[in-house]
Amino acid sequence: MADSDDHEGQVPAWCPGCGNFGILRAFKRAVVELGLEPNRFTVVSGIGQSGKFPHYTRCNTFNGLHGRTLPVATGIKLVNHPMPVIAVAGDGDCYGEGGNHLIHAIRRNIDVSVFVHDNQVYGLTKGQASPTSMEGMKTKVQPYGVLAEPLSPLAMAVALDCSFVARGYAGDAEHLAGLMKESISHKGFALLDILQPCVTFNGLNTYTWFKERVYHLGPSYDPTDRVAAFTKALEFGPRIPLGVIYRNERPSFGDRFPAVHGAAIVDLSFDPSSLGDITKEFY
Amino acid sequence: MDYTIKIGGEAGQGIQTIGDSLAKVFARSGYHVFVHQDYESRIRGGHNFYQIRVSDRPVYSSRERLDIVVALDRPTIANNRNRLGDGGIIVYDSTILKERHDETHFLDVPFVDLATKDGGSRIMANTVATGTVLGMLGLDLGMLLPVLSDLLEKKGSETIEENQRAAERGRDFAVANCRECSFMVPASGPPKMLIDGNSAIGLGALLSGCKFYAAYPMTPSTGVLTFMAAKSEMYRIVVEQAEDEIAAINMAIGASFAGVRSMTGTAGGGFALMVEGVSLAAMTETPVVILVGQRPAPATGLPTRTEQGDLLFVLHAGHGEFPRLLFAPGSPEQALHLTNKAFDLAYKYQIPAFILTDQYLADTQRTYDGFDLSRIVYKDYRVRDPESQAGKEYKRYAFADSGISPFAVPGRSQGVIVADSDEHDEDGHLTEGAEIRNRMVEKRLFCKLPLLKAEMAPPLLHGNQEAETVVVGWGSTYGVLREAVDCLSEKKIALLHFSEVYPFPATDSFDYVDVLRRAKRTICVENNATSQFARLVRTETGHVFTSTVNRYDGRPWLLETLMGELDGRLG
Repeated sequence: MADSDDHEGQVPAWCPGCGNFGILRAFKRAVVELGLEPNRFTVVSGIGQSGKFPHYTRCNTFNGLHGRTLPVATGIKLVNHPMPVIAVAGDGDCYGEGGNHLIHAIRRNIDVSVFVHDNQVYGLTKGQASPTSMEGMKTKVQPYGVLAEPLSPLAMAVALDCSFVARGYAGDAEHLAGLMKESISHKGFALLDILQPCVTFNGLNTYTWFKERVYHLGPSYDPTDRVAAFTKALEFGPRIPLGVIYRNERPSFGDRFPAVHGAAIVDLSFDPSSLGDITKEFY
Repeated sequence: MDYTIKIGGEAGQGIQTIGDSLAKVFARSGYHVFVHQDYESRIRGGHNFYQIRVSDRPVYSSRERLDIVVALDRPTIANNRNRLGDGGIIVYDSTILKERHDETHFLDVPFVDLATKDGGSRIMANTVATGTVLGMLGLDLGMLLPVLSDLLEKKGSETIEENQRAAERGRDFAVANCRECSFMVPASGPPKMLIDGNSAIGLGALLSGCKFYAAYPMTPSTGVLTFMAAKSEMYRIVVEQAEDEIAAINMAIGASFAGVRSMTGTAGGGFALMVEGVSLAAMTETPVVILVGQRPAPATGLPTRTEQGDLLFVLHAGHGEFPRLLFAPGSPEQALHLTNKAFDLAYKYQIPAFILTDQYLADTQRTYDGFDLSRIVYKDYRVRDPESQAGKEYKRYAFADSGISPFAVPGRSQGVIVADSDEHDEDGHLTEGAEIRNRMVEKRLFCKLPLLKAEMAPPLLHGNQEAETVVVGWGSTYGVLREAVDCLSEKKIALLHFSEVYPFPATDSFDYVDVLRRAKRTICVENNATSQFARLVRTETGHVFTSTVNRYDGRPWLLETLMGELDGRLG
């Protein structure tokens, strides 16, 4: 059984106090508790401070392009369906550059979890607005403040009938680790939006700001009620709910894809002569 | 015997059904067949045609000269009446066209009337037309019946029998009424296979062990996506219609990273979206096969037509410097084997490999006695023994003289596999070190390049070995160039055809540059406006062509037109 030392990676190059540290701590805890050996699962990341994430733990890693985590994860999952595949992206990565892929990953219900490091700002490019930046937030590129409405990723996901929608908080690693475990164990697409203070570029959504607002959804909340979930997903003001917002158990993409049934495709042996007379249909 | 039959009409009138039935009958009867289609970017209406050349000798191209024209609309008559050869006949139904032609080379066949006799339906007018053409050629219907059965299998035996009777009525009408018909069709041989470029690429992918194909539909590459989808369950191939081309190539890269052979396909416009993915494949050293079916551009261009205008785009696509392979097949047979070679080398060297076709090759069909599948190469280049190279200390980008690091499969190795789009160290972790950057560039590029060059076959020389005139072409123009050169054989002419385009082949085994140097005249023929291949030849060899022949109206070369172009340059 792997312990947290087995998941030790490179030394993080994040700013001191970055919310990413809490997410990393929660992640290591989640994979250890799930008994996932580093070589038995794959993390796909994109570009941004979140893109470096898999290097700071130890696991099979595909650190690809900005916005493209979900297509890569989809390709991996379909040819090796028993292997857990986790995508790690930022808010610019998953909700901006890769927004189209998110919509279609939800539609497919591919059995992949995506952990979105949502700090409501662009860190790597030094402080521009992101799709989730709050209206009015001023930056060097948005001198009049952000003019567009912030995206509500959770409401969008519920509207698309995403099979698992949750929100965690980097400042509450223990609770976050539980949500990560639930996401990975969920059979189908899981969107876990993780609120994450950016101590360098986001002076608005700070640890203090979040501390005053976040609360845990209690046992009385029913995440299978889609209409209630939509209302809950829109709650982002004086109070911000954390937990599983919506859950809709339905067959995953692989479950419905005949070619994927049976042994993982990557394990199939191949010999061209075994195909028989495949030119027959052309006579 | 060398006859050309052209069926013209509006989209939705069934010209493809007539054409497919006839082509299949000829192929099954053992004749050599070449088919090309011309269609507009619309579902109904417009003017489309389907052209079949049938011969008792091998044929590699379409001709201008027509022998039988089946006109389902008026433009078919207007466009083609001056292209009839001696003894040529235009067949039409004056009740459909609402016009009559009394000249002897017109045959008015009541397709609709004959179709609706005996309780048949109007839709069988196409089958009547098919029967008519076979009757005009003096062929019996023995070969048509099984073709109709295949075509109408889902509609049930009653429909098949009704169509059979409709074909007979068409045949009988032609035999009784076509007094001008003087077609001579010699006895034929054993059945031949009839295959188009896109299906041949699909077959090549299947035979290469392709297990993942993701694409966004785009003419002229959609045929490969359709072919693969039909094989998905039987051969356990994941075939997915992606949300866009960016997703398609990234899915393919993901599947390849995960350890299976994977491919994507598109046209030039879709490939423009894939470009960042090509660079990703290169940096992460993830093999991928990319089909680009060219069509006239810029932008949407002529969506359903042909051009060779994306050669230099595909050759240079992707930010940064990295090696790639580019194959441009000249026939369905080459398409099959070069798809196989693209897979083999992409996976051997862990780089992107391109198959560059165009609408002409994608849609043209040709007959063959069969494909030599014993030439198919399959070697598993993955590290499958977890105890050896993929142990706990596995390094995805371990240095090696060849530049090729062991390729292990995530989840099937003791170690972890780390791939990175950032510059990285041997372990795959991101780095900014100058020295490691240099070594990685050398590994990816300089180590692999000479090895790749040595894998490429030299061009094919066809015709006069001491040629004064050397005609050069690449990709889909192979067949028509070959026939044109054969027809002009008295003029000391030869064809040098390139299907393995990049890295530009070495001259060790065949000094083709010397062939060009010794010729009095060298002519580069391309379906584009700016002679992109001629520029590539000049860059790679220093050779400057005496002249170039270009066509960029979106149409393929027909034999006589090309011969005229060449002849005019021979002096």
